[in-house]
Amino acid sequence: MFNVLKTTGAPSLEELKTTVAFPQGDEIYKKGPVAVIECVEEIPCNPCETACPKGAIKVGDPITNLPVVDFSICTGCGACVAACPGLAIYVKDYTYSDTTATIAFPFEYLPLPAPGGTVQLVGRHGEPVCTGSVLRVVNSKRNNRTAVITVEFPKDYFDDVVNIRRIDI
Amino acid sequence: MRMIEKELVIVGAGPAGLIAAIEAAKAGVDVLLIDENTRPGGQLFKQIHKFFGSHAHKAGVRGMDIGTELLGETDKLGIEVWLSSEVCGIENGHDVWVIRNSSETQYVHAKKIILATGATENAVSFPGWDLPGVMGAGAAQTMINVNRVLPGRKVVMVGSGNVGVIVSYQLLQAGAEVAAIVEAAPFLGGYGVHTAKVCRAGVPFYVSHTVKAAYGSERVEKIELVRLDEKFNQIPGTEFEVEADTVCLATGLTPLTELAWISGCQFDFVPALGGFLPIHNAQLQTTNPDIYIAGDIAGIEEASTAMEEGRLAGISASAALGYISKGDAEQLTDKIWDSLNALRSGYFGQKRRDAKDYMLKKGSEVIVCSTC
Amino acid sequence: MYRVEQHPILGDAPKVRRVKIFVDGQEYEAKEGEMIAAALLAAGISTFRYTNYKHKPRGIYCGIGRCTDCIMTVDGVPNIRTCITPVQDGMRLQTQHGSGEWQRGDAHD
Repeated sequence: MFNVLKTTGAPSLEELKTTVAFPQGDEIYKKGPVAVIECVEEIPCNPCETACPKGAIKVGDPITNLPVVDFSICTGCGACVAACPGLAIYVKDYTYSDTTATIAFPFEYLPLPAPGGTVQLVGRHGEPVCTGSVLRVVNSKRNNRTAVITVEFPKDYFDDVVNIRRIDI
Repeated sequence: MRMIEKELVIVGAGPAGLIAAIEAAKAGVDVLLIDENTRPGGQLFKQIHKFFGSHAHKAGVRGMDIGTELLGETDKLGIEVWLSSEVCGIENGHDVWVIRNSSETQYVHAKKIILATGATENAVSFPGWDLPGVMGAGAAQTMINVNRVLPGRKVVMVGSGNVGVIVSYQLLQAGAEVAAIVEAAPFLGGYGVHTAKVCRAGVPFYVSHTVKAAYGSERVEKIELVRLDEKFNQIPGTEFEVEADTVCLATGLTPLTELAWISGCQFDFVPALGGFLPIHNAQLQTTNPDIYIAGDIAGIEEASTAMEEGRLAGISASAALGYISKGDAEQLTDKIWDSLNALRSGYFGQKRRDAKDYMLKKGSEVIVCSTC
Repeated sequence: MYRVEQHPILGDAPKVRRVKIFVDGQEYEAKEGEMIAAALLAAGISTFRYTNYKHKPRGIYCGIGRCTDCIMTVDGVPNIRTCITPVQDGMRLQTQHGSGEWQRGDAHD
């Protein structure tokens, strides 16, 4: 039983690393953008599998299986990010630049940040981690009202960042 | 008083009732679908989040969009729907007493009846719980997602099951602040992905806590929370205050079974499915051979299982009326049971599966299926 | 502002005709077809009635027409469930005290 998840609301990095869904080693991030899935409970659910255009995500049968990403196939295209009903997937790119990484995450609030704007990146418990700048905001019809925001941030915070703080009006 | 004759009367136009009506109408049955609300759809239009499951279960589709699809199909099939119509009784197992628009009585003689009346929210009381601002989580969800009005600005959510965490997320989307999610048990109840969404938005969770009291003059102004020990007793000295103008109670649902009681169906108590349920078999038939049930009335689960059960009850009733052959009905219902079993699997689903298996065993002992 | 005019999932609020309602004689604007309780909450009114004995304020609770906590006197008729009754242009609402008083019907014609 995932103690941190079931008492605080979000899993710890340690708990995530024990699941098949989460990237197992840091070398995976060295090849470029990859899908990071924070799915730890066996619930009947498989839209991530059907969303991936390359077939890199496998859930199989029964659909309570946790998704497994084949990182030799995953290109980090991000189709799975908006497809996951649990908003549990993001794409991280450790290699974006010498000093910065990027994260493309799902966001279903208003207002949406503007490209070029500065945002506050947060960790799994909403704690502020660092600031970053918005590279892209995608809110296509295909994503069914789940915006996908790509933010550039300092590499040092790579493991901690998962989303941004909502923007107060 | 003129008695209207119908082959199949379905009470409740939520997901289960709508799909039951669609299946029966497709088979050629003369259906009447009755709902007490001014709009059909039950809880579907309040579910603005994406559903889980598989493609066949409409995974990734938002509940409200499923609602629109179902209403479209109902229209296309020309199914007769009575809105603002309350079913107040069932006499002789077949005579459905309806009050329309709070002003006129109508009796409908139905050969078969499907009860798809859903569920009601449970209450948790504490001093101050009667203050304006304390409401069911469902009430808040209706206000924000259907009426587009915030019932308050700063909310304390009591209960961390899926309803509590999903409504908390939707309150944030509507622009409210969620000051705390309070859970009496030592562990959170809802899916990890649902709690994680709200957690990263900065909402604090308090396990082993409950509301000791709500304070305010004209409405809620602040809440006193208190820690609980392993026996759920309040621990004196652990109280602390949270500022809030709204308290939402998301403390479980209970099946709405009055019509099944009134028409003499036998019941059993199944806590894992919400309490007293009409005993039913694999055709969703109750101990009254012409009355079927589907959806939350048959056990508190989810929209996906409600839709599958609606399909099942619709097919069972249609077969009993002679519109679907026994062989065809068996083939169709076998597939539906595969689907239901898949939905009732995994960490959360297994408990419901075990409870349903118990109920079906009871049903097969007590009910003599007239079409088997 | 309690109205949610823009929403990340629901989109922009549809354009709806405005109607006039009166609450204890004071005029308010409401959206045509919305439930009375929604119109009142949008106007910042959360107390709909006071109880019979202790005169305690009450507002919406279940929101679905089952608990009767939200009742008010509407156009002279008491005990109307405001959470499931739509507004009408010119509707007169009164904060109800106890079980209210009929102001329409045989005794008043």
